[in-house]
Amino acid sequence: MTAEQIIFLLTGALVLGSGLMVVTVRNLLHAALWLVVSLFGVAILYAILQANFLAVVQVVVYIGAIAILFIFAVMLTRRELMEKGRQTRSNWWIPALLGLLILAGLVVLILSVPGVNHTAAAMPAGLDTVQALGTALVSPDAYVLPFEVASVLMLAALVGAVYVATAGKK
Amino acid sequence: MSVPLSWYLILAAALFCIGLYGVLSRKNAIAILLGVELMLNAVNVNLVSFWRYLDPAQMAGQAFAVIVFAVAAAEVAVGLALIISVYRRRKTVVADEIDLMKW
Amino acid sequence: MTNWIIWILPLPPLLAFFAIILFTNKNKALSHGIAVAAAGLSWLGSMIVFISAVGTQEFGKHVFESAINWLPTGATWLQVGVRVDPLTAVVLFFVAWTVLAIFVYSIGYHNFGQPKGDHDLPGLPPHGATVIEEEQTHRVPSIEPMYSRFFAFISLFAFGMYTLVVSNNLLTLFVGWEIMGLCSYLLIGFWYGKKSARDAAIKAFITTRIGDVFMLLGIAWLYSYTGTLSFSEIFKPEILQGMGNTIAFPAFAMHIPALWPFFSSFSVAGSIGILLFIGTIGKSAQWPLHAWLPDAMEGPTPVSAMIHAATMVSAGVYAAIRMFPLLQADVTGTSLAFVGFIGAFTALFAATIAVAQNDIKKVLAYSTISQLGFMIAALGVHAYVAAAFHLVTHAFFKALLFLGSGSVIHGMEHGVLHTGEHVDAQDMFNMGGLRKKMPVTFWTFLIGGLALSGFPVLTAGFWSKDAIFAEAFGGGHLLVFIVLALAAFLTAFYTMRQITLTFFGEGRTKAAEHASETTWTMTLPLVVLAVFAVGVGWVGMPAWFTGGLVPDWFHEFVGGTLAQAPEAMPFNWIPLVTSLVVALGGLLCGWLAYRNVSALAEDRLQIPLLKNKYYFDEIYAFLFVKPAIWIAEKFTSLYMDQVVIDGVLHSLARFSLFLGHVFRNYFDKPVINEFFGDGAGKTVKASGSGLRKIQSGRVQYYMVVAIVVLVVFAFLYYFLKRGM
Repeated sequence: MTAEQIIFLLTGALVLGSGLMVVTVRNLLHAALWLVVSLFGVAILYAILQANFLAVVQVVVYIGAIAILFIFAVMLTRRELMEKGRQTRSNWWIPALLGLLILAGLVVLILSVPGVNHTAAAMPAGLDTVQALGTALVSPDAYVLPFEVASVLMLAALVGAVYVATAGKK
Repeated sequence: MSVPLSWYLILAAALFCIGLYGVLSRKNAIAILLGVELMLNAVNVNLVSFWRYLDPAQMAGQAFAVIVFAVAAAEVAVGLALIISVYRRRKTVVADEIDLMKW
Repeated sequence: MTNWIIWILPLPPLLAFFAIILFTNKNKALSHGIAVAAAGLSWLGSMIVFISAVGTQEFGKHVFESAINWLPTGATWLQVGVRVDPLTAVVLFFVAWTVLAIFVYSIGYHNFGQPKGDHDLPGLPPHGATVIEEEQTHRVPSIEPMYSRFFAFISLFAFGMYTLVVSNNLLTLFVGWEIMGLCSYLLIGFWYGKKSARDAAIKAFITTRIGDVFMLLGIAWLYSYTGTLSFSEIFKPEILQGMGNTIAFPAFAMHIPALWPFFSSFSVAGSIGILLFIGTIGKSAQWPLHAWLPDAMEGPTPVSAMIHAATMVSAGVYAAIRMFPLLQADVTGTSLAFVGFIGAFTALFAATIAVAQNDIKKVLAYSTISQLGFMIAALGVHAYVAAAFHLVTHAFFKALLFLGSGSVIHGMEHGVLHTGEHVDAQDMFNMGGLRKKMPVTFWTFLIGGLALSGFPVLTAGFWSKDAIFAEAFGGGHLLVFIVLALAAFLTAFYTMRQITLTFFGEGRTKAAEHASETTWTMTLPLVVLAVFAVGVGWVGMPAWFTGGLVPDWFHEFVGGTLAQAPEAMPFNWIPLVTSLVVALGGLLCGWLAYRNVSALAEDRLQIPLLKNKYYFDEIYAFLFVKPAIWIAEKFTSLYMDQVVIDGVLHSLARFSLFLGHVFRNYFDKPVINEFFGDGAGKTVKASGSGLRKIQSGRVQYYMVVAIVVLVVFAFLYYFLKRGM
């Protein structure tokens, strides 16, 4: 059990634990906050995986924007009596069962792939991942098209969200 | 790196299932979106770990993850906008109560 | 050269028929003019043919014959054509003269030139018109309303007779035969307003039809046996011999040995001959098919003359004479024996009835039946020439007698109209003393009556009857001879009875006292026929009468028709004396018995059996007519048609309705409509109602379902893959 593994395990527990809390706590605001924790754990994972840029982006975008958005939405849709009483549906065991089944299936599937237990090779020397990622995202031979489409998507989402959320004229 | 790939993958799978559970069992619509976020993150972990373990020189994994970020953000924005709009109208965010498009 | 004349000489009366019906029906003068002109043309053609036939040496061997192909029958043709041999020539002679005389007579008979009657309706006899002259009204005879129609019909009749006479084969003979049958129906029922006339017309047609059916059987048999219907072909010696020697019903004869003597006595020739002869029995009113002829007196008198003297009955005898070679070819002699029996029996039978009749025309009707019996009996005793001779002479004097009786009736009707007395103008007991009032009629009628009785030497009837007696006696047929002698006695008796009652003595009624002579169109034909009634007999005088100086021209001429000319009978004084005795004796008895009879009650011969014609009409009505009417009305119409056939139809209809009802209510509605039609709809609706609950509108529910299905499929896929 190397140090990396221990760190991984701890981070993993953090992620999974807070994930569980997200889906089980009654108070929605607490759930959103637990989501923040979980996302943070995922950022740590990215860092371990040496995807530095992604770790930062994770914190900035997911935690800084999306989670905050969630908190705003929760606050905008609160009601007095809303958080009393059960917050899960009455037939919660069906999703639980499903989840377990799928987990089991996925695990079996994962373990059946040959070479899945290999450890990572060392990073190629001299590879600047950030620069390579940037080049890939704007290079016409690489992924400029998805990049541009993603930006169009953002625009559409922006306009759509503004339109949908705007209250109609009274 | 001494962590086998399978650990990351299993972690991602577990996170995915937790998110799935959340989607399927929570009453509040916003809580459902929280579950969706967890699932997206699981996907991202999967992608990035594959990127790292198979061929770090190829930027496809990261690029894909970046796009997933963008899509997740857009989706959350629009979803929450929808939920707020519905809340204004029906004064509820319980998913089961928003069932007009039915038989 | 004369052949084409033979072809066209039947045509003028046919054209006259069509012309009168289609065009000149309204114009009486034109109609009778066309008819008489047509009769005249045919007369002219017949005379030319006759003269040229007589002028030909050995005419029997060189007949005028011409035929054309008519019906294709497989590989051969049925030929039709004309043939004039000696028999035809003499028949043409008398047919032409009598037809022409009757046509001319009809003009006067139907009162041409007289005014229209007061209450005359078409379909009923005319009843006189009232004429105002010099402030005196008196009634005169009126013109017949259906004048042109009469001439059209008798023209058609004449056409039928000419066709029959000149035909060279049985088929066209039969065609002419049937045309005359139709015309007799039309003419006997000429005054169709009278029920008695209508019934008489039907009776005549049906009775002769019975004979015609058998005749047709005979024709069919003959055709199937020989393959031809032409006389010259049938009468070839080898064919006749073949037919004469073959047994007719070999199957019956062989399988019923007990009846062998009976069945073996029928040869093919004999059987065919008998069948054809049955047609003659019908047409010439021999017993047992005699009942129609007296009733046929319902028609106007020219019709009676035409049918019963000149044409129709003569046609029957003519056909029988024609088929004589066939009858003769029968080696068993059955057919000729049958013929002779029928003829002799009828002759006596009819003569006995005639003595008890009061109507002037009925006496003549039965007389006709009797005389035809004479001719047929003559055939039966192989007296071919005598039969033909009597046919010719009879035509003349019988036509004369009928036309004379018509003249008498006209004179009586004139008296009836004049005096206003309502008596039957035809009843002899209302007449009397007419010799003073109607002299021409009297003398011609007397000549005719004497000819009928067989008054010696001077009248034609004597020669022909004597020939028959001679043949019968000389041929050894004594029974026939005696029967015919008796019949001849009765003939003379009732003839003289008739003449005495009608013309001699004093008028018994006022009408008779005021009778008057008829017009020239009626008396001229009488005179012409009287000349023939006297003279035509002399051409057939037997050779021994003049000691061999004058040959028996008729015998030689007509005898040449047969393949083997019959020999003339040598002189025998028994038949001669017999004929003299019966003729003169009968005349004397008749005159003596009736010269002082003044009323019906004094007539001692009014025996009910005779008066009622031996009740044959009643017998036939009981045996045939009533059952036939019952079959038609009760059995066929009521039971078969209405009950059975209609019943079947009605039950079929009801069954169809029932079936339809069943199908509709038990199959169509429940199964097709409800089960398939509505059922499909209901099922879809129900399943739709059920299935739509899946759309709950709740997003998580959808997602659960989707994930469940995904998991299931994943597991299936995985395990199947593993299994493979």
